[in-house]
Amino acid sequence: MSDNPNTGLPAGKAGMSLIVKTITRLTIGLILLFGIYIVMHGHLSPGGGFAGGVIIALSFIHIMLAFGKDIAAAKISRGLASNLESIGALMFLVIALLGFLGGSFFLNVLAKGRPFKLFSAGTIPLSNIAIGLKVGVGLFAIFLALVILEGAKRK
Amino acid sequence: MNIIPLFVIIPLFSAFFISLTGRLFKKGFIDAISGVSCFLLLALSFYGLNALNHSANQAMVYKVGGWMPPFGICMVLDGLAGFMLITVNLVAFFVCIFSINYMEKYTDKPKFYTLFLLMVTGMNGLIISGDLFNLYVFLEVASIASYALVAFGTEAEELEASFKYAIMGSVASGFIFIGIAFLYGFTSTLNMADMSRILGASPSSWLVPFVSVLFLMGFGLKAALVPFHAWLPDAHPSAPASISAMLSGVLIKALGVYAMVRIFFNIIGISAGYLSALMFLGALSMIVAVILALSQWDLKRLLAYHSISQVGYVFLGIGLGTPLGILGGLFHLFNHSVFKSLLFLNSGAIDYSTGTRDLREMSGLKEKMPVTAGTSLIASMSIAGIPPFNGFFSKLIIIFACIQKGFYGYALAAALGSILTLASFMKVQKYAFLDELKEKYRNIKEVPPAMKFSMVCLAAICVLGGILLLPSFKFFLSGAAGVLLEGKEYAGIVLGAAAKP
Repeated sequence: MSDNPNTGLPAGKAGMSLIVKTITRLTIGLILLFGIYIVMHGHLSPGGGFAGGVIIALSFIHIMLAFGKDIAAAKISRGLASNLESIGALMFLVIALLGFLGGSFFLNVLAKGRPFKLFSAGTIPLSNIAIGLKVGVGLFAIFLALVILEGAKRK
Repeated sequence: MNIIPLFVIIPLFSAFFISLTGRLFKKGFIDAISGVSCFLLLALSFYGLNALNHSANQAMVYKVGGWMPPFGICMVLDGLAGFMLITVNLVAFFVCIFSINYMEKYTDKPKFYTLFLLMVTGMNGLIISGDLFNLYVFLEVASIASYALVAFGTEAEELEASFKYAIMGSVASGFIFIGIAFLYGFTSTLNMADMSRILGASPSSWLVPFVSVLFLMGFGLKAALVPFHAWLPDAHPSAPASISAMLSGVLIKALGVYAMVRIFFNIIGISAGYLSALMFLGALSMIVAVILALSQWDLKRLLAYHSISQVGYVFLGIGLGTPLGILGGLFHLFNHSVFKSLLFLNSGAIDYSTGTRDLREMSGLKEKMPVTAGTSLIASMSIAGIPPFNGFFSKLIIIFACIQKGFYGYALAAALGSILTLASFMKVQKYAFLDELKEKYRNIKEVPPAMKFSMVCLAAICVLGGILLLPSFKFFLSGAAGVLLEGKEYAGIVLGAAAKP
């Protein structure tokens, strides 16, 4: 078997079988893209920051299931995940604080645009992106922590 | 600028700022950030109550995002909210100062501060919220932060306690959530004032008893009333001492007592049957928990049982429904949060110096730790209701209120509970501080200055607490009691205050 081009490891060493890995390699991009789509269209269609964030996290968890935790942790380490999560929360708070420019906490100060267009609804899409970031990396960090704890217990 | 949203903004910002940058700065800087934000919150709560006292309205309403109630979320600062904010932030400030030295023995201080400040965010947000679902969200924020804090030591015993606490807490949240869902389904609004108005205009015969029972179970679990108390004696002692002080001191009151009385008195309205259930559960907690406390040898577990018992007094007082009873209940809530957090800080100080929580292991610590011994004596006498400490006045008012309304049995139970409390704290004093100093404790030292400072300040409040009953300070308590007594007029007051620009 040839070396895996993405990981450098011999294929089949960590994670699941070659079939699962190949399918995963084909689908994770689509899953991630779908998550981003749900986040971006949160103000227009069902879903939003939380649902989209969960889907984004699922795409990374998918990598972890198929290729093992080391490959996934190389994409987003635990420290980076925890920092990004804090940044997501602070972003949301800062967007809320922007409202004070117009005189009220959480006031929607940006231009509202035309309804049902992607760039509309003022601060709502920005808040959705902040929530998506927080939920996405937060859920991934929880899963990573569980996997690491489980590994530590086995040793 | 209106100060009301700052109660949520300040701790939330500090929490995530510390989480993001905690590893980059020196430890002193993180201590300073959390200390300053707790101090700001305390100052703001005094300022807020003062502003409320001088304003023409009975409530200050902040419209989040500029949306007019009943649309959008509003924040309401009235007498009761101001009273609770001062209680919470006072304890949080001293606990934060205490943690500067105490938390050194744990590894991850930035994480501790993040969770601690998130818990403060949750409690402040719950108190200030004028929207029922927002109240639930903040309740969950505070609860989840506290589950994590109980497990902070990550020993097997702590993880087990935290797991049990998380399960019971989630069951409680589930009941509360179902209750809110039914109320929303019936009234089609989540704004508390508007909900109160609609329930008053079109009463429902089945809805109110049904949600009352759900809320009684849910908030009863959060407040650890006696049939629902089993998680508390495990969870509270397992946390680091400064967190035990927060959990026993203010968390069960903000999440349990405050949320319950706010919903019952101001939204769905009280009935005689409900009040008698509250009084009965209160009296039951008072007696059962204190008897269980008598036989404990673990100092923090003993204190945890006393928390259940003292919350019983609060419920007995509020359940009487008379102005005097409610005043006594709320006064006892404030006093208990001061002396119980002081007692937990004392136990933390003993643990810090000697490394044990078992009363049989300690002896004669008075000689080596005079400040801890002195403050602990003051707190013990306050909780047992010895004059002239603050606990005496509040228990006296509750007993008077019982007699005034003709409940002699409850008055007797309150007095009996107090005597048993005294007995159990005499045991603490004798085993921990009196007698001969053990040989192995020859070299222990008194705790560092920051810990001393918190304990001495809280002890001073215990001694001086009685002055809150003087006419010039009376607005603090009577304003809070007034909100509960106004009952469903709350709707008119809040919607009226919101209509003004």
